[in-house]
Amino acid sequence: MSAAATPSRRDWLLADRPASPAQARLGQAYRTWLAFRANRLAMVGLAIVAALVGMALFADLIAPFDPLRGGDLRTARLLPPSWTHPMGTDDQARDIFSRVVHGSRLTLLVVTLVAVIATPIGLVIGTCAGYFGGWVDTVLMRVTDIFLAFPRLILALAFVAALGPGIENAVIAIAITSWPPYARLARAETLTIRDQDYIAAIRLQGASSPRIIWGHVVPLCLSSVIVRVTLDMAGIILTAAGLGFLGLGAQPPQPEWGAMIASGRRFLIDFWWVATMPGIAIFVVSLGFNLLGDGLRDVLDPKAAS
Amino acid sequence: MTATSPANAGGRWRALSGIGMKAGRLLATVAVTFLGLLLVTFLIGRVVPVDPVLAVVGDRASQSTYDAAYVALGLDKPLWRQFLIYLGNVLSGDFGTSLLTKRPIVEDIARVFPATLELATAGIVIGTVVGIPVGVLAAVRQGGLADQIVRILGLVGYSAPIFWLGLLGLLVFYAQLGWVAGPGRIDISYEYSFTQVTGLLLLDTAMQGEWAAFGNVMSHLALPAALLGYFSMAYISRMTRSFMLNELAQEYVITARVKGVPEWRIIWVHALRNAAVPLVTVVALSYAGLLEGSVLTETVFAWPGLGQYLTNSLQNADMNAVLGGTLVIGVIFVGLNLLSDLLYTMLDPRVRRR
Repeated sequence: MSAAATPSRRDWLLADRPASPAQARLGQAYRTWLAFRANRLAMVGLAIVAALVGMALFADLIAPFDPLRGGDLRTARLLPPSWTHPMGTDDQARDIFSRVVHGSRLTLLVVTLVAVIATPIGLVIGTCAGYFGGWVDTVLMRVTDIFLAFPRLILALAFVAALGPGIENAVIAIAITSWPPYARLARAETLTIRDQDYIAAIRLQGASSPRIIWGHVVPLCLSSVIVRVTLDMAGIILTAAGLGFLGLGAQPPQPEWGAMIASGRRFLIDFWWVATMPGIAIFVVSLGFNLLGDGLRDVLDPKAAS
Repeated sequence: MTATSPANAGGRWRALSGIGMKAGRLLATVAVTFLGLLLVTFLIGRVVPVDPVLAVVGDRASQSTYDAAYVALGLDKPLWRQFLIYLGNVLSGDFGTSLLTKRPIVEDIARVFPATLELATAGIVIGTVVGIPVGVLAAVRQGGLADQIVRILGLVGYSAPIFWLGLLGLLVFYAQLGWVAGPGRIDISYEYSFTQVTGLLLLDTAMQGEWAAFGNVMSHLALPAALLGYFSMAYISRMTRSFMLNELAQEYVITARVKGVPEWRIIWVHALRNAAVPLVTVVALSYAGLLEGSVLTETVFAWPGLGQYLTNSLQNADMNAVLGGTLVIGVIFVGLNLLSDLLYTMLDPRVRRR
């Protein structure tokens, strides 16, 4: 690369005295990135998650076969892994690799939806409880404790049982069981923010409570909650796969990884690849999210690093 | 640290009343939590799209039968009355009747529970016995072999689906190597070679001296228990490591070294004894966590316990049984949390004084 341009851009980003707020902000982001990049395992995690997103986006191009329609049932059933079928075929003569590739869409969908639903609920409940205190705090935290009193998978099972099986209901059930830790975290952060002078200053200027919470408390809670959500992603994937395995998540023709393991379970001993391959996918993706989350925590939240 | 606190009677009395007050507050919290648990299961039961009356009378019953059942189930009353009735029923041990087995759910749960208890206990024993020493070694030599093992075990434990590892275990250790017995708790040929007293098969066979059956039970238990043990070990070893790091940095460790206490004694006696207090909490919590793991593990290993009962009921839309099972697991979970809190208060004099 050109020797002149790169160092100067780097210097601009790392300047001791940034000339504008934008430069300061970009510089801060760059420093965070440098610290993150130094963590090799976190970069592996990032690569895995990026690969997952890429796989989901370009599933139609990557997958060599149709994920739902199988080949010839007489000749192409339960074939062992080979060059044409890198992960073998299942009992419907479908290419398992293509199904795993398309399954990445479902996994990503579940993770994204759960994060999008559960994070705001946790943030609102946690910041309100922390900011208002008193009986609001007591009531909201009691509700949170009650949700924490069930093991997560069990509560999700009960909700899916009530709502009926299906991937949408699995998402709702997992989201309902995911928000309590975020609420706890947001409350703890809010308690330290609430009594700061700048909050008092805004309040004296006549800002309303919703405005203070939304404009000044939530942004400060966001980074630790996001770290926590990233660390939870692996758990969300495992819970979704568990629901799929029990037949309560995505329904059969859909290439959901947990459901694929369940369908391969019947002939595990003779045709091991049918149940094994989707499990490897779940394992690698969860590992990626765990590594990424650990790295993010070390960079963004040095206090929590053990 | 381990020395007794100033032993004047007044101080001890105050400490005890402190425990009492703390226990009282805890009990109040727990009561509210139980009420909440009941409310959650009650509400889940109400949003079910399945008509509870049709489930009882069948869809060919006449309108008058339907109406009678509707009233008998209390569905004509307002929601809060229904909740109170539900509350009364549950408190008197009536969880309703299972649609599947046609028996009271309490009886069903009492029948399947020992299987889960045996499995989870075997799991926590393995997890503790292996996890604590490994965690200690990891803390003593940071960056050493044990430390790396703890890291990798932890990462795999947090990333691998438990049901998938179970299937792989069956494939390798049962189908390929033949080291362990397959799914189920016991081979059918041993099933009636002894009488079930406690429902804990290891205990029953051992007490009656049926050693062949005992061996068979062991061989069935080994794989699922090792699997659950692995998941609790991943957590226990990680926590042991961080507690031990904390203790080894304390001044009493330096004092002991200066006095010439052998290093193994410092680690395994002085530091570990202090780390043991928070570890009790960790073990109790991971015991509770095994309840969750047991649902999937029991499904994989056809283990006739609470987890399998729950999933069977789920797949057959047996809502009463699902809610009963959920409630029981929730209660055990809260109970274990409470127990760990109380143990912590009792074992750590610093917490007690506050």
